[in-house]
Amino acid sequence: MRKYFDEITRIAGNVVTVKADNVGYDELAVISSSRGSSLAQVIRLEGNQVSLQVFSGTQGVSTGDKVRFLHKPMQVPFTDELLGRIFDGSGRPRDGRGEVQGEQVDIGSPAVNPVMREMPNKMVETGIPMIDVFNSLVESQKIPIFSVAGEPYNDLLARIGLQAKADIIILGGMGLRHDDYLKFRKTFEDGGVLGRTIMFINTAADPVVEALLVPDLCLAAGEQFALQGKKVLVLLTDMTAFADALKEISIILEQIPSNRGYPGDLYTQMAKRYEKAVDFDGAGSMTLLTCVTMPGDDVTHPVPDNTGYITEGQFYLRHGRIEPFGSLSRLKQQVNGKTRDDHRAIMDACIQLYALCRETREKRDMGFEMSEWDRKLLKYGQAFESKIMDLSVNIPLFSALDRCWEILAECFEPAETGIRRTIIEKHWPAQKVGS
Amino acid sequence: MNGKIVAVYGNLVIAEADGRIVQNSVGYCVRSDGVRLLSEVIRIHGRMADLQVFEETRGLKIGDTVEFREEMLSVVLGPGLLGQIYDGLQNPLPNLAKEAGFFLTPGKYIHGLDTSRKWTFTPSAKVGEMVESGETLGSVPEGIFEHRIMVPFMWQGSFTIEKIAVAGEYTVEDEIAVLVDGEGQKRSVTMQQHWPVKIPLNIAKQRLIPTTPLATRVRIIDSMFPIVKGGTYCIPGPFGAGKTVLQQITSRNAEVDVVIIAACGERAGEVVETLREFPELIDPRTGKSLMERTIIIANTSAMPVAARESSVYTATTLAEYYRQMGLDVLLLADSTSRWAQAMRELSGRLEEIPGEEAFPAYLESRIASFYERAGVIEFKDGRRGSLTIGGTVSPAGGNFEEPVTQGTLKVVGAFHGLSRARSDARRYPAIDPLDSWSKYVGIIDPKKSAEVRKLLVRGNEVRQMMTVVGEEGTSIEDFTIALKADFFDNCYLQQNAFDEVDGATPAERQRIVFDKILEVVELDFGFTEKTEARKTMVQISDLFRNWNYAPTDSEEYKNLLGQIDQFIATKGRQV
Repeated sequence: MRKYFDEITRIAGNVVTVKADNVGYDELAVISSSRGSSLAQVIRLEGNQVSLQVFSGTQGVSTGDKVRFLHKPMQVPFTDELLGRIFDGSGRPRDGRGEVQGEQVDIGSPAVNPVMREMPNKMVETGIPMIDVFNSLVESQKIPIFSVAGEPYNDLLARIGLQAKADIIILGGMGLRHDDYLKFRKTFEDGGVLGRTIMFINTAADPVVEALLVPDLCLAAGEQFALQGKKVLVLLTDMTAFADALKEISIILEQIPSNRGYPGDLYTQMAKRYEKAVDFDGAGSMTLLTCVTMPGDDVTHPVPDNTGYITEGQFYLRHGRIEPFGSLSRLKQQVNGKTRDDHRAIMDACIQLYALCRETREKRDMGFEMSEWDRKLLKYGQAFESKIMDLSVNIPLFSALDRCWEILAECFEPAETGIRRTIIEKHWPAQKVGS
Repeated sequence: MNGKIVAVYGNLVIAEADGRIVQNSVGYCVRSDGVRLLSEVIRIHGRMADLQVFEETRGLKIGDTVEFREEMLSVVLGPGLLGQIYDGLQNPLPNLAKEAGFFLTPGKYIHGLDTSRKWTFTPSAKVGEMVESGETLGSVPEGIFEHRIMVPFMWQGSFTIEKIAVAGEYTVEDEIAVLVDGEGQKRSVTMQQHWPVKIPLNIAKQRLIPTTPLATRVRIIDSMFPIVKGGTYCIPGPFGAGKTVLQQITSRNAEVDVVIIAACGERAGEVVETLREFPELIDPRTGKSLMERTIIIANTSAMPVAARESSVYTATTLAEYYRQMGLDVLLLADSTSRWAQAMRELSGRLEEIPGEEAFPAYLESRIASFYERAGVIEFKDGRRGSLTIGGTVSPAGGNFEEPVTQGTLKVVGAFHGLSRARSDARRYPAIDPLDSWSKYVGIIDPKKSAEVRKLLVRGNEVRQMMTVVGEEGTSIEDFTIALKADFFDNCYLQQNAFDEVDGATPAERQRIVFDKILEVVELDFGFTEKTEARKTMVQISDLFRNWNYAPTDSEEYKNLLGQIDQFIATKGRQV
């Protein structure tokens, strides 16, 4: 028997309050209005007043509309049929194909027991030297790309998705521009990975509440695949849109904002999602790469700031390049010691020399005279930027290391690099030794 | 006594009760599928009780039962705590994993101590003796310590021992003594007892002023901004500045008996690192695994937020328990900002009037009373125990002018401020020597450390001046000061955390190196031009750096020390 409640007492923002009984906290409901039906989630119970967050917004909802409770939380079907499919933020197909049937899994599962986690120790090669050589990505890492509007962060995300050799790629789009969504789809199609990709896309034109569900849907599906032993890569863009959706809802619920209008539990809400990244002891793993656009390029803005405290490092994407300063992979030490014996030495030397080059450029711009050493640094800086830092460079790790040696040999004497003698002897390009 | 749920909002439940409700007592919200969710009464108005639920409230309904208990949220104390990994409510995580697998299932609670394990009990009190709470009845060996079995701390008044167990094997649930109170009432004592986490556990004759230095083997801390046994300190810093790394290294090297790590609202990965590595690491002072002196309380950021608030108190209570045994205990809380945020979330749900940045008005007093639980205490028999608390702070935007940092600075004895600039320059530890301070006296004569501090300040001034006027415009005297400041910074304040020798410098060696460095700093080199000055300082820096890497009293150590002495004797005049 289906039971309906139709005494709606309040409609404000995306929240509807209805008089009802026998309703569980966090469960789902369907609101049927003249605009069609929408899913909604219980976010507050107070006596017989039940507040619902309506996923597709409350435009057109009337006090006479009917609410039916489903007595289950938001779920995502888990089956191999998800692969190659595209859904919206409520989990409905947006690729014109039918509903997916399968075992239903609750979203927002409890935290993983820390003792069941494995130490992250497997490197993920991306073909991007600024990541592979200088800030290696590690399986089960959670790491954002800090960027600003206008930078090609979605291209970078798509490229890593393509090249990271994951078993399953899950893309979550929040407030995504429709063009970007189509571009992602095309990239994955051209790259031949669409068959192992799942997308949950909330575009800028879709209801904002649905953006809140996107990470949970992606992570719940990903977690199930990881439990089956799969290597899962989850890409989420843009987490700032997710945070803004949180802000919108909390203001409607009259929560006291803590910082620039964001709710006090912003850290917890984001951490809950990011912490889903995991390497299960005895099963697969889930790696989480996100985009965070920094309003006004301000890293102290609450969203990037809280993100930095949660994630295991960050990549700064600026002027179309991954910035070597500020970018950090907190897990790189776990993997870069066992790739090749020169990896760490190259990593340190190239960055230190590049830092010196930047100082020299400042000196040059202030009109100071350039010494022989300064000119070497300037030459090095230019070579490093065009052959290593440029985002179009796409080479495997070992080739990237070799290329770094070549650049060093072109610009410096061995001793000037500050690299240990034993490593120099082994790796310095042959024709240059002693020149 | 039971009640009924009338409202659910996030992790806050309001229940109507039909009897006596105790503030801060435990309640269980019973879901319709029978799962009981642990919660705590945090506010009472009329017949309504506000409860914070330590689990996700998904599925709770209006009208569901709440079982109210009389007791406050407590932890169990007894042998077997050391080496454990608990969640914020003292559930052993490895046991939860055995029962529930990969995920932390709501409503699953496990006793904090292994009740089947037998301990070798040796009585020390005798039948007929008068005892009070906290006095020792006997002991069991736990790791490297004699774990004292004490008269339950909650019991008030004096008791006569009527019966005490003979030496032998007992579990924590076996009766080991029977005590009789003044009214002839008999009470049974086991090796385990409970204590409410939010009440300080401190049964002592008196509190003393903390004065004994606590060596962390981090030179900049021990020599410049020392901490003492029974003192408090805080480490604020922006993300990526190395707060957690510093805490991890301190947890390994600190010269104390017991270390309690409270991972509060931080990354699970960091806890995993500790719990996978510690059992493998050998404590050089005892020859046993580091885990044997460690307890980890892990309430990571993805775990329910109310339990995060409690986890700090759980950790403190366990620390106080080992202090009652006369041990030196160090509690490392990472991060207190997450704990404060948990309070903020709850305060918001309770619709309290917010203070600055929406933190509750009582934030500062809560922080103060947390750090006040540290201290050195003296027992009736003259023994002493200490609890040192070190908390990290994660200020929003790395800006120290925020309520949690400011509230903490008011009450702690030492401040180790991490700076973004230093960590970007890959200087470890990134503690800023110009901003940080300590009210304690450490292993170095304060006059000497004041002298180098003056040098650092002066050096910084010269460096700033140099960015404007260039090297050419700086006098040789000023230039030498800047070089000396850099030399001290590079060769003493910075350490290579990955090097076994340089990464951990014992107090005795710090004194020797510090005095040697001071000799160099006080030298009048009489430089006349800058290239020569730089060259000389590079030379001595190189000697010191290698000296730092040489194992104490090794050939290399003596050899380098000889070269340093040679340098001092020939390169300048003592002033």
